[in-house]
Amino acid sequence: MAVVSSANSTVMNNVEAVRATLYEAMKNDERTVILGEDVGARGNVFLITKDFIGEFGERRVIDTPIAEASIVGIAVGMAMEGLRPIAEIQFADFIYPSFNQIVGEAAKIRYRSNGEYTCPLVIRTPYGGGVRGALSHSVSIEALFYHVPGLKIVAPSFPDDVKGLLNAAIDDPDPVLFLEHKKTYRLIKGEVPDGHYTIPLGKANVRKAGTQLTVVSYGLYLHWALEAAQRLQEENVSVEVVDLRSIRPMDKTAILTSVEKTRKLLIVHEDNKFGGIGAEISAMVAEEALFSLDAPIRRLCGPDVPSMGYALPLEEEFMSSPAEMADAMRAMVKF
Amino acid sequence: MATTITMPQLGETVTEGTVAQWLKSVGDSVDKYEDFVEVSTDKVNAGVPSPVTGTIRELLVKEGETVATGTPIAVIDEAGAAKTALTAAPAATAASAAAAAPVAAAPPAPAVSSPNGAPAAAGVESESALRGASPAVRRLAREHRIDIRAIKGSGSNGRVTADDVLAAVTAAPSAAVTRTSTYAQPIPGSTVTLTQARRIIAERMVESKRTAPHAWSMVEIDVTDVWSWRVREKDRFERESGYKLTLLPFFIRAVVESLAAFPLMNARFVPASGSGQPSIYVNGEVNIGIAIGLATNLVVPVIRRADKLSIKGIALAAGELIEKARKGKLGVDDLAGGTFTVNNNGANGSWASAPIINGGQAGIVTMEAVVKKVVVRDDDSLAIRRMMNSCLSLDHRVVDGYVASGFLADLKQRLERMGPQGDL
Repeated sequence: MAVVSSANSTVMNNVEAVRATLYEAMKNDERTVILGEDVGARGNVFLITKDFIGEFGERRVIDTPIAEASIVGIAVGMAMEGLRPIAEIQFADFIYPSFNQIVGEAAKIRYRSNGEYTCPLVIRTPYGGGVRGALSHSVSIEALFYHVPGLKIVAPSFPDDVKGLLNAAIDDPDPVLFLEHKKTYRLIKGEVPDGHYTIPLGKANVRKAGTQLTVVSYGLYLHWALEAAQRLQEENVSVEVVDLRSIRPMDKTAILTSVEKTRKLLIVHEDNKFGGIGAEISAMVAEEALFSLDAPIRRLCGPDVPSMGYALPLEEEFMSSPAEMADAMRAMVKF
Repeated sequence: MATTITMPQLGETVTEGTVAQWLKSVGDSVDKYEDFVEVSTDKVNAGVPSPVTGTIRELLVKEGETVATGTPIAVIDEAGAAKTALTAAPAATAASAAAAAPVAAAPPAPAVSSPNGAPAAAGVESESALRGASPAVRRLAREHRIDIRAIKGSGSNGRVTADDVLAAVTAAPSAAVTRTSTYAQPIPGSTVTLTQARRIIAERMVESKRTAPHAWSMVEIDVTDVWSWRVREKDRFERESGYKLTLLPFFIRAVVESLAAFPLMNARFVPASGSGQPSIYVNGEVNIGIAIGLATNLVVPVIRRADKLSIKGIALAAGELIEKARKGKLGVDDLAGGTFTVNNNGANGSWASAPIINGGQAGIVTMEAVVKKVVVRDDDSLAIRRMMNSCLSLDHRVVDGYVASGFLADLKQRLERMGPQGDL
């Protein structure tokens, strides 16, 4: 798809959108601090913060040791005391040591202090597979965190959403886990409006309208779902694709509105099926819209294996594909 | 063994209930915990689950009939004991159901399609057709009174799809059209049967107008600052709570403060009874009813102890009640205990209204449309301001114009002092 910059927008890929938004935040608010492994001198492994340390100094762009619990723990303290830290976990696979700081501390600060303290913290991390990343550079982590009240989780898929949602996450008074699918970093380009804007957290977006089936997705799989739905359009099969954008809070209204229209629901995500985001969506729709359903809800998700392997066939076995998604869509429409 | 079912008590203060709709007919099988009748009380509808698995032997109360709680309403033959009755039933039931269907008047009796489960009278073939029917198909068939078994399915293995049902409705409109007119879609020249809720509203309105001498007053309020405050907070509020932030919670906050200053407005007139002299009871709690208009009726759910809530607290409580009201999920407790009522009447542009007091209260106050006006300020300058009228109906037995105008003036002052920023 050819994308051209217009008078009020610039074409960027997802990684450029993250970089531009972070740069703007650093420029506009001196309370903003970026910290993480290799974010300073190295300028982040995807060069997202390249040259930031030169411009903003090492007090605001902080290279940390390889100690994720400390990265988040320090950021929690900064946030409580008035700074606006943006912590980076270099790869989502490394987030586990900071689990206690995120779940036990950041998410509970407001509640624990009876509203006296908030924790305006953003934790950014690249996640997801399809990049030959194997055990330590492929994982999806959203389901591990979405059970936790007090924590918001955002997973944008397009550059314009990256900017609007990252701005909203930075403005938000509470902790936000900001997930960036690394396979989409340079793969996905799009027009990004110039100037400062936000997109509300917790609002999904219908990326493609349709009448016969609702597909809910996010991340890399959203793009594949759109590709599959586009393919089916040529077969006169009309599929609606809802980009979840925010995993928590979840936009129930958007999902229910779509399902009540199409009467069928397919959820596709890369993360494991068991206890995943799709499980919550399924349960919610079964509770709220059972009598609109004309087919069993279906989930097309990652298999229950510990990780995707390094060998290409193992990775391919783990990952779905636009073709597999198109098959699932056809079967559901035909049901 | 036969089990007699009695009218349940739905809510602490409820003494009677109306059979709104039988979900089962005589001869139908019913599962334990399956709803077999819908009972309505004062604005609350609830399905009543069967305590046993069995077959309906007798329905003792007609639809629309109101009986005291504890009155027997149905007899169910428990499964096992009912075997002989069950085998005897099919022919008779099927015949009578088919005969009854075309003339079945008011209630949407699902006698033919029986989407609630495999009917005892249905044969093997129909059961398999019904077994594959999705929840959407069953619902659509019930709504349009279509027999699923009469439709040719286009889905996999001949399954009847939701689209098939809708196509059948369009193909045979005469079969779907009923001669009854409903409140939601009244047909000119027909009689609309009152719903339980409509009947109660009618009774209450007459009662209030007859017993409480209504007097009326109106003030014009400058809401420019409180409006700006709302606009400043609304996106964040909606993002955090999922509810829209309207002017209502700000208004209610001002109302409860004014009620604290004028407690007689939060009171009710107690008429003479027996040897008791008439009196005025000044309520201890401030529970604000909010009038919500729905397509078919009006509900007034109550924000309890509204005086103890911040604007944000009121907004959350109101948001929840409004959502429940729209989904028809208000419970008995949501509707009870109101001491004063607020009617947000201005959404459609109304500029003044004379509301009827909710029985047992001293007053009701409205929010009319917010409009930009050119106003002359105290220093003779002209300004464009957002203005809103607020109308008060009062029970003249409880208060006089003196208290009522004091209350309105106080309310006006409080609202004009609110905003343009601060903590909600």
